Amino acid sequence: MSMLEIKDLKVNYGGIEALKGISFQVEEEEIVTIIGANGAGKSTTLRAIMEVVKPAGGSISFQGEEITGMNTQRIVEKGIVLVPEGRRVFPNLTVLENLRIGAYLRGDKQGIEKDIQHVYSLFPRLQERHWQHAGTLSGGEQQMLAVGRALMARPKLIMMDEPSLGLAPLVVKDIFAIIRRIHEEGVTVLLIEQNANAALKIAHRGYVMETGRITLTGTGTALLNDESVREAYLGKAH
Amino acid sequence: MNFMQANLPYLLAGISVGGQYALIAIGYTMVYGILRLINFAHGDVFMIAGLIMIYAAAAMPLYLAIPLVLIATVVIGFLIERVAYKPLRSAPRMSIMISAIGVSYLLQNLALYVTGGLSRMYPTIPFISDSVTIGSATTKMVTLITPVLTLILVVVLVLFIHKTKIGMAMRAVSKDFETSQLMGIKINSVISATFIIGSFLAAVGSMLYFTNYAGVTPTAGAMPGLKAFVAAVFGGIGSIPGAVIGAFIIGICENIIKGMGWTTFSDAFTFALLIVILIAKPTGLFGEKATDKV
Repeated sequence: MSMLEIKDLKVNYGGIEALKGISFQVEEEEIVTIIGANGAGKSTTLRAIMEVVKPAGGSISFQGEEITGMNTQRIVEKGIVLVPEGRRVFPNLTVLENLRIGAYLRGDKQGIEKDIQHVYSLFPRLQERHWQHAGTLSGGEQQMLAVGRALMARPKLIMMDEPSLGLAPLVVKDIFAIIRRIHEEGVTVLLIEQNANAALKIAHRGYVMETGRITLTGTGTALLNDESVREAYLGKAH
Repeated sequence: MNFMQANLPYLLAGISVGGQYALIAIGYTMVYGILRLINFAHGDVFMIAGLIMIYAAAAMPLYLAIPLVLIATVVIGFLIERVAYKPLRSAPRMSIMISAIGVSYLLQNLALYVTGGLSRMYPTIPFISDSVTIGSATTKMVTLITPVLTLILVVVLVLFIHKTKIGMAMRAVSKDFETSQLMGIKINSVISATFIIGSFLAAVGSMLYFTNYAGVTPTAGAMPGLKAFVAAVFGGIGSIPGAVIGAFIIGICENIIKGMGWTTFSDAFTFALLIVILIAKPTGLFGEKATDKV
């Protein structure tokens, strides 16, 4: 049984088929990445899993349970979180409040306090700035906060939408190191990236998406060495 | 000193009316903050609260009537949102605005039907209707109670928004619906909470406001509603402290103008102020710079 199993998922946006029936799986304790160009439907896939866009067809199951059509709140409770594209921290809330709101559905006060300390240990910068409004943080710090906020839900599966987008190369390196670290702590990762090179290097398996379809799949290394992938997404220099 | 003595009653009245406007204005500004909707029906909810008080006070003692008015108004505010606004959540913003105007007319006509168009006597609430004399001014207790009660309620509200979990959720939802949803926040509950708070404060405001007047007519909510709306825009719509400060400024200015003998122009002043703000500083005193959501 796969942790996350997507079968023939379809999404329409006002008559346009954004997803034309895609299927893929994520196994427990894996890092899986979906790469592809802008507009291929990668973000839509993640948003459909969270039910913030309603699928037009197909099924999504998590740990053997059908979750298609459940409300977002239930899905978060089941243990899936999404770190949205563009970070989307709450700019008018403090750093600490952003972390607390990540634990919105949890009632265990002590556990929450413990997890806040844990997030601080992953991202010491967040502790230094815990009282600041998140809107005043730099892009990299906001991305750390977005990841920390997602961890506060104690997810089993963390999905990240373009975490490296718009960040300086050094910060991107940090973010990928953090993804590894989160994975080592036992959280399964589904990663969407335009930075295909970095994503395929840390991923066990990858999928290539083109205009609403999955066109290629393989292990991270296999895709890294695949001629067509190299041409389309990695640039010839690699 | 002479000026002060002559104007003290007007100043007191102004502070009092300002407090009443503030209680209405908070409802406008909070709903706008979350839904980006000008809830045109809000002034009429205020009027309905007045009517419920009249009928409730006729049927039962005041200590039962007052809580009943508060509860009934809250229920009405909640139902209006569920029935008239929630189904339009993903519709263009203009649709929900038109729905709000529809609810406003519905409430006014409902009131017209129930009252037969006659002004109904507002009951005398003991203590707050009693007369007091301060310096040169003789006034009702309500004049003194209103600003104090308003400030207490505002402080409680601000603490609620900044210290509680649901308050935190409100601030999050006001910035970003979808991400709030991803955190597991139930958007609809947060929106309902906003309408409940707004209606509650409008009900409190209506008791204080109508005590100063002989009765309630079906259109009695229109003018104070509009004034409170101007106050919210003046303060920067979406901002609670802005709405409160705007309301006090408008209340005081209106009454000082009355004191100078220009009663006819006191309403005109408020609306002229609205025009000036919209031209000079559309975001108001404390408004956000970017008013549209991404």
